[in-house]
Amino acid sequence: MLTKRIIACLDMDGGRVVKGVRFKNLRDAGDPAQCATAHARNGADEIVLLDITATSGNRRTMLDAVRTTARSLFVPFTVGGGIRQLEDAAAVFDAGADKIAINSAAVREPALIAKIAGRFGSQAVVVAIDARKANGKFEVFVAGGRTPTGMDAIQWARDAAACGAGEILLTSMDRDGTQSGFDCGLVRAVAEAVSIPVIASGGAGSARDFIDVFRDGRADAALAASIFHFGLENIAQLKLELHHAGIPVRWPC
Amino acid sequence: MIAIVDYGAGNLNSVKKAFDFLGADVVVTDQPETLAAADKVVLPGVGHFSSLQALDRAGLRNALLQNAAAGKPFLGICLGMQWLFEGSEECPELAGAGIFPGKCRKFPSLVKSPHVGWNSLAVTEGSRLLRRIAQHSFVYYTHSFHAPVVAETTAASEYGLRFAGAVERGNIFGVQFHPEKSGDVGLSILKNFCEIESVRSKRC
Repeated sequence: MLTKRIIACLDMDGGRVVKGVRFKNLRDAGDPAQCATAHARNGADEIVLLDITATSGNRRTMLDAVRTTARSLFVPFTVGGGIRQLEDAAAVFDAGADKIAINSAAVREPALIAKIAGRFGSQAVVVAIDARKANGKFEVFVAGGRTPTGMDAIQWARDAAACGAGEILLTSMDRDGTQSGFDCGLVRAVAEAVSIPVIASGGAGSARDFIDVFRDGRADAALAASIFHFGLENIAQLKLELHHAGIPVRWPC
Repeated sequence: MIAIVDYGAGNLNSVKKAFDFLGADVVVTDQPETLAAADKVVLPGVGHFSSLQALDRAGLRNALLQNAAAGKPFLGICLGMQWLFEGSEECPELAGAGIFPGKCRKFPSLVKSPHVGWNSLAVTEGSRLLRRIAQHSFVYYTHSFHAPVVAETTAASEYGLRFAGAVERGNIFGVQFHPEKSGDVGLSILKNFCEIESVRSKRC
């Protein structure tokens, strides 16, 4: 039976793992390679590394971190942040990523999804969508949550899937870092709109939140960062609780 | 020496990295001569079945079939396993190697496609590739087409239907999942492959 995935996300700034609340007030949370292998050992089904302050100046630092992290990581490894063109994606794959996540660049140039999928396969392309609720709709934001686009998140997810995205990484900006639970309404709307897997993100705070997003939100996977970095919840313990609640998870792992 | 076949289909880093981690002597190659000189061959691959056309163009198809016929251990991963069957609905005009019977098909519409994530294996006893792999071990899959369960199936998974997770005949092995991304279980399977003796080395 296919299991629900628990994905640990490492937000990286200047080669260090950091965590903020609503994309602000960043705190240091450690070395990416060490964090990634620790999470995998603990039972994370997948690791996502997002370079949240990607600028041309620190691409090398970022690629070095990807290379070091990939060397001893044998679960799926996704890297995002600052990927603007096919060559950026190729460099990240070359450094050892299995999948890339694109966000702003995909909004600007949806054809980029097809370009990367055409060369590396759809399974390697994750389209990340940052959405915020406004007037009963979910609006897509880009540039690390700073710039509104006026686009509807559900329609954009459909379009991204049609362009060849392999998965959607859907972050609720309203919930990100708050540990107040996933936005199950948003996740379910997108999960029912597309046939590709949807990874729910933003708001994980307790095992109950994961149960809710898998049952009510129909998520295929759920991603969290802050609860894993600071030991508020142990992944193995979380999976045991999900298992007891009847959610299929990779357990024991 | 283990040769990983590079035919331009996706990213071979992960597979090479896993063999490096196990301490295996491994090269990535697109040269038929290197395949002929190798003790074992790994055919990885992700993406569309049509990308396997590159094997014909590069003269790799014959080299692969010769290696397999010579009893050298052969491991097809994901698309590389699908190639071992007769073909795929995904690209009907392209023939597979036909070593295992049947064609790869799309998943039924009642389930989301692609099938992405960790699924459990129903392991058949006696598999050499899956030696000491526990029943219901979890492995990582990512694919839209699946191979049928045949007599040579050594592990099956369920996703809308029962499909072949692993196949084995003589020294020819295929896995639909990604052992290089399946944690300790996957590394154990690759280690088993490293330890399988080729017919040639048995004679020595």
